[in-house]
Amino acid sequence: MDFEQLGLKAGIEIHQQLNTKEKLFCRCPTRLRDFEERTGEFFRYLRATESEMGEIDRAAEEEMKVMRRFTYATYDTTCLVENDEEPPAPLNAEALSIALTIAKMTGMTPVDQVHVMRKLVIDGSNTSGFQRTALVALNGRLPEGARIETLCLEEEAAQRVEGETFSLDRLGIPLVEITTAPDMHTPESVREVARTIGMILRSTGCVKRGIGTIRQDINISIAEGARVEIKGVQELDLIDEVVRREAARQVNLLAIRDELRRRNASVTPEPVVVTGLFADTKSSILQRATYIVAVVLRGFDGLVGREIQPGRRLGSEMADYAKKCGVGGIFHTDELPAYGVTAEEVAHLRECVGAGEADCVVLVAAAKERALCAAQQVVRRAELALAGVPEETRKMLEDGSTSYMRPLPGAARMYPETDVLPVRIRAERWEEIELPELISVKAERFAAEMGLDGALARQMAYSEKAGVFERAVESGVRPSLAARTLLGTLRELSREGVAVDRLEDAAFLDVLTRAESGAIAKEAVPGVITEICGGLSVDAAVSKVAPAMSEEALLALIRDILATRAEFVRERGMGALGPLMGVVMQEARGKADGRLISELLKKELRQRV
Amino acid sequence: MEQNPDLPELAILSTGGTIASRIDYRTGAVTSQFDADDILRAIPRLGEMARFNAHQVASILSENMTTSLWIDLARGIYDEIRNGAMGVIVTHGTDTMSFSASAISFMLDTPVPVVFVGSQRSADRPSSDNVMNALCSASAALSDLGEVAVVMHASTSDDRCAVHRATKVRKMHTSRRDAFASIGMPPLGYVDYPSLAVRLGDDAVRRRSGEAVLHDAVEEKVGLLSFYPGMPADLLSQFEGYRGLVLAGTGLGHVSTASIGGLRDLIGGGCHVVMTSQCLHGRVCDRVYDTGRDLLALGVIEGEDMLPEVALVKLMWVLGRHDDPGEVARLVRTNLRGEIRRCSYNGF
Repeated sequence: MDFEQLGLKAGIEIHQQLNTKEKLFCRCPTRLRDFEERTGEFFRYLRATESEMGEIDRAAEEEMKVMRRFTYATYDTTCLVENDEEPPAPLNAEALSIALTIAKMTGMTPVDQVHVMRKLVIDGSNTSGFQRTALVALNGRLPEGARIETLCLEEEAAQRVEGETFSLDRLGIPLVEITTAPDMHTPESVREVARTIGMILRSTGCVKRGIGTIRQDINISIAEGARVEIKGVQELDLIDEVVRREAARQVNLLAIRDELRRRNASVTPEPVVVTGLFADTKSSILQRATYIVAVVLRGFDGLVGREIQPGRRLGSEMADYAKKCGVGGIFHTDELPAYGVTAEEVAHLRECVGAGEADCVVLVAAAKERALCAAQQVVRRAELALAGVPEETRKMLEDGSTSYMRPLPGAARMYPETDVLPVRIRAERWEEIELPELISVKAERFAAEMGLDGALARQMAYSEKAGVFERAVESGVRPSLAARTLLGTLRELSREGVAVDRLEDAAFLDVLTRAESGAIAKEAVPGVITEICGGLSVDAAVSKVAPAMSEEALLALIRDILATRAEFVRERGMGALGPLMGVVMQEARGKADGRLISELLKKELRQRV
Repeated sequence: MEQNPDLPELAILSTGGTIASRIDYRTGAVTSQFDADDILRAIPRLGEMARFNAHQVASILSENMTTSLWIDLARGIYDEIRNGAMGVIVTHGTDTMSFSASAISFMLDTPVPVVFVGSQRSADRPSSDNVMNALCSASAALSDLGEVAVVMHASTSDDRCAVHRATKVRKMHTSRRDAFASIGMPPLGYVDYPSLAVRLGDDAVRRRSGEAVLHDAVEEKVGLLSFYPGMPADLLSQFEGYRGLVLAGTGLGHVSTASIGGLRDLIGGGCHVVMTSQCLHGRVCDRVYDTGRDLLALGVIEGEDMLPEVALVKLMWVLGRHDDPGEVARLVRTNLRGEIRRCSYNGF
């Protein structure tokens, strides 16, 4: 695909959780919990409210086609603010400082006053029915030139556990939302911009790490297509695939539109009740339904079943729209006979609703109200197919394809959060912000100044342990030893089940300095760390694993080994050094440092040859 | 708005409060500026339950409520009942809702339900409790109830509203949906949501035939004072010239020995003093300790198991009609509107 020729335009919104001590609008910790740890549950109904202009947001309205009951789990680390039972506390100052630092790193201009707004979200993920968001800065630029439009501070939504049940531990964790201009024109450039922003965010050292702590929403359109927002892309490496698939989806939808127009296709807006036709059907879904309606799509034959993305057809889009009314899905004649519906039944259906070979018939089976609602949604989506690509918010599926969530929100979505006072950003505060070193710059410095090779330097710079690494080097530990231990040893131990999270930086530095000075053997480091993670102090761990052998004891050991291997020494002369080194090391079992062994062994050997 | 003439008639009297609030773009804060029609427009399901006759009595935040507005409200409700309303809903800010509800309870002897309702989360938010509270209050106003009540969320979930007796209810939390609690008795009943089925307990006074009776005189010169350790004795002299004073005493109903002189002066000057307890739960008894006996000797009236605010409103109402000390004391200690229970409630 030639994306430039397609007129691909893409921008991204990055949501990154901040690693603050407390949440954005309450004083609860930003700690994620296991659902099993919940202390209680409650439930609520949300409903779309009119904006001050007297309008209901179209995205909110779509969510409210059925009355939905949401259940929320509470913890001993959540409070009445998450429960929407108490007004919010003032905006978290630590979160604002981090947001301002990020803004300054990307050359943005801060706003004079931070005003918190409410963004309507009634999918249940916010107990209040809105997400609080505040514009902090505008107009920045990335090193490679992509423009950043806005930086907002937002509260994280509650995590969906399953169905309509949400967990309140995540609700209220501060997020920064960074929105780029729609300046990217290839899938790869979208991924690279996301990578750069991610690097800048991590450079602050104040963001959360791990799965789910950063999410990308991607805005995509092609010429003649429409703006589509894809939510919740978590893996960087899937971004280009998502963009490619969305571009392809829009190309395919436009091709379907052209074909429909060529065929003079049309949508019959009134559904036909066909419940009686399936009185004796073998299809269990149709059997169970109390009400079955058919929507006739003139000239649509073969197009509803046409693939528009891997695993997705125009029919899947119609099904997504229908599901908003609480039905499980739809049937259409492009995929029938199947699912227990016979060829005779299909023929009979076509006949009864007056559909010809060129037409497609869509079936919806449910209780009456839901079925009629879903049929209307099918009609709506079919009409949109005649117009081309609808503007939508979509969610990413596992492989990079997407499904429909709701229409793009309209202007009726935002209104002021009256319970939080605006915060002024004074010039002095902005001036005082010190910019952290970028991870990319740090990687170059680790390579140039510390002699780490390029890959190791980059890995060390990106690691959460970069700070410990620098402190170790400052206290005299060789960079290669520090880096190898941090990136290699700790990971291996962790894989073996050692709780390396429990290792405090001070203890770690202590072990490394002892190893560097020869007080403990480098070979003993993994064993010592294991014991520390198991709860021992550094001293206790060292004396348990590696009680340092005194120089006399080591010398005695070496002399003993040389005596029993006198023949070998005579034969090989100084050439025995290498093989005997191994023997002594093994006997010393990490209780003596390699360099000291080598030094003493060499001296003793020389005396004998 | 078009209304179905076949449905029963309810009246909505609006006084303001969060249930009718929206954002004021002048101050950026939430204010009350809806009228009752707006509430109907915002909650279409109300229109399926009844015909509504809507009036705005006031548009205030409830901390600005006054005794003269209580009188306007009582007269407004009285008129609606006389004009055939099957029940009356009063929308009210939650802060002083229990004061107003209990005032109406004394001022108006009603044969039909008079239901006070409000909300703890402003109406502009998708999670507002206003819709559920309003629907439950309408259902209670159509029910078999025959007294003044407060209908608000019974728990933090949207599962049911509790029906509280106006003279036994109190706002017990600053912000939660289920802030209102019956004190000294269980709620009169519940309204389930979303079914709106009403279940009333045996205690609830039932709807009856007959006319409403209005007694709308109240005495404004009545005070309420919460005693605290070390309270300066001269604080009481601030109430000189008052016709009544309700004390929220400690425990069983005490104030310090140092306060006795001040109380003697007040009572000597014609002020009726009623003792209630800061404990809120339980009955006052001034016969157990010395200070209590001293208080009784002075002529302090024991407020039984009345809430301090209810005793205040009741004393205002009693003094609006009576002068005679013996009669005032008798009425204060007599149960008139369910404010005094003959047997103390054994739960709390």
